[in-house]
Amino acid sequence: MKRTALDQTVLKVSGLHKNFDGVDVLNGVSFNINRGEVVALLGDNGAGKSTLVNCLAGRIQPNKGTIEINEQALLLNSPSASEQAGLAIVHQDLALVNELSVIENLFLNREILHSNKFLRFFGWLDKSAMAKKAQKLLQRLGTYLPDLNAPVATLSGGQKQVIAIIRAVHAGADIIVMDEPTSALGAEQYEFLMSLIRLLSSQGIAIMLISHNLHQVSMLCDRAVVLFQGYSVADVALNEVDQAQLLAYMNGAVLEMAQAS
Amino acid sequence: MMRIKLTAHTLVYYAFAITMLIFTVLLSHTAFFTTANLLNVLMQTSPIVVMAIGLSFALSVGHIDLSIGAIVALCGMVAAMLLQPFGLTIAVAASLLLGGLIGAFNGYLCERLGIPSLIVTLGMLGFLTGLSRQLSGLQSIPIIDPQFISLFGQGAVLGIPSQILWLASLVCLAYIILNKLRFGRHLFAVGASKPAAYSMGLGVSRIRVWAMALSGGFAALAGLLYAGRMQSARYAIGESDLMALIAAVALGGCSLLGGRVNIIGVLLGVWLIGCISNGLILSGFSSNEQMMVKGIILIVAVVVTSKVNSK
Ligand SMILES: Nc1ncnc2c1ncn2[C@@H]1O[C@H](COP(=O)(O)OP(=O)(O)OP(=O)(O)O)[C@@H](O)[C@H]1O
Ligand SMILES: [Mg+2]
Repeated sequence: MKRTALDQTVLKVSGLHKNFDGVDVLNGVSFNINRGEVVALLGDNGAGKSTLVNCLAGRIQPNKGTIEINEQALLLNSPSASEQAGLAIVHQDLALVNELSVIENLFLNREILHSNKFLRFFGWLDKSAMAKKAQKLLQRLGTYLPDLNAPVATLSGGQKQVIAIIRAVHAGADIIVMDEPTSALGAEQYEFLMSLIRLLSSQGIAIMLISHNLHQVSMLCDRAVVLFQGYSVADVALNEVDQAQLLAYMNGAVLEMAQAS
Repeated sequence: MMRIKLTAHTLVYYAFAITMLIFTVLLSHTAFFTTANLLNVLMQTSPIVVMAIGLSFALSVGHIDLSIGAIVALCGMVAAMLLQPFGLTIAVAASLLLGGLIGAFNGYLCERLGIPSLIVTLGMLGFLTGLSRQLSGLQSIPIIDPQFISLFGQGAVLGIPSQILWLASLVCLAYIILNKLRFGRHLFAVGASKPAAYSMGLGVSRIRVWAMALSGGFAALAGLLYAGRMQSARYAIGESDLMALIAAVALGGCSLLGGRVNIIGVLLGVWLIGCISNGLILSGFSSNEQMMVKGIILIVAVVVTSKVNSK
């Protein structure tokens, strides 16, 4: 498979701990992701997946542990630090500005500026270039929106999800983390996302996909990292396990067996 | 027929049109609709427009700036005091810088201490008002520098009064910042949703401090315009403008909770209130009664804009 050619670690998470008000939510999570790899992050509700994502996104800081990107340990103390490190995130809560338009959201903090050097210096926006590019980007997920200047608040849940995904995808990131990106997608958009993820992976971009849909995961991902109550309890190649085993990891059954013996 | 959709941002157009219609009936026997009077309203409101622009920047990120009036007074006085010993350039630069720094300090305190701008700028209002009174000894400071007076007061270029030129260019500047530049877009994003803007990598605190700095800077400029027109600086200038100011931006469709700003709406909002005040004067209402009307306008404006918005 493609993995052999791209055996180069882009993201290495080691011993990540996070507690909220004395409650341990992450208890030493460790895993690697290679270039071009599609890795599933599995776990029950409350297992700590989104908390891990928030650490990667620089929204919150872990209490302990390191995050290395391209073999450099980084302090991700803000979302912009995370973005600069080459991460792009689709948050479970989408993190869109509802009052701003589709185009404004797609290009917020990565606006296309006017080609004139003088205007560029003042941050003059090139609105028509952004409008054109937005149209193109949306096509990648087979989505048509009648009015790209409409506020995101007027969109459906699935449409919002498409906007958040596209925003992450066109950031030029090395690693894209998607926290349940398909929960509201229609069947067609879902298929488009699947092929988009495959395409990105073939371009060498590493993808971490969080999903509760084990069928989807086994179709798409190379490997799965499983969290249980904040512990990373499994890191398995998906062609070596079946769904029943994955469920056992997610339910903590494997962990309990190990503790019992 | 063209129809403008009724939203918080277009409300002011209707309000303006309706008020003018009412005035043609009620004030036809007065001097309201004379060029001289309307020009007078235009001149009188120009510093208020400048303050309102400043306030719009603060509002766009979800702040309020109650210290604007006090910055107007202090910066006007500082310019007047520095004019004699240091000359025009330094006096103007120092005054603008001071205004910007006070605004930035307001913004910094809000970020640093995590307290609402309502409190920070109210405290600043008190502090600066006291300071201005102390500095001036409750005396007005006369301005005799002819260059200053011509630049900010009674001068004209090609027959257009300099106050109007300032007004036009500052409105254009604000329009460009808010609608054409990346910075303006970031202001709205931060005002609309701080967490989302932060998650998308914006420097939310930095942007909010800049917005307050602009608010202070525009207030200082308004102070210069007042000083130029009155050929003196006084500690109480700007003190009584606060209510009209907030009423005007609310009428102009600014949400007091942050978000998109329509600068043309704000301009019309100020003019509308200026016209109403003027109409009241011409109809023989006292200044006390005018104040009561302005208070009512403020409340009605906020109620109506929020009703229109939630539809
Ligand atoms: N800001 C916070 N303050 C306190 N507790 C938190 C906070 N964020 C998350 N938690 C807790 O951390 C635990 C893990 O939450 P997290 O959102 O990471 O789960 P998840 O694996 O993403 O679940 P789901 O599949 O439902 O999205 C939960 O018990 C949650 O209550
Ligand atoms: Mg989650």
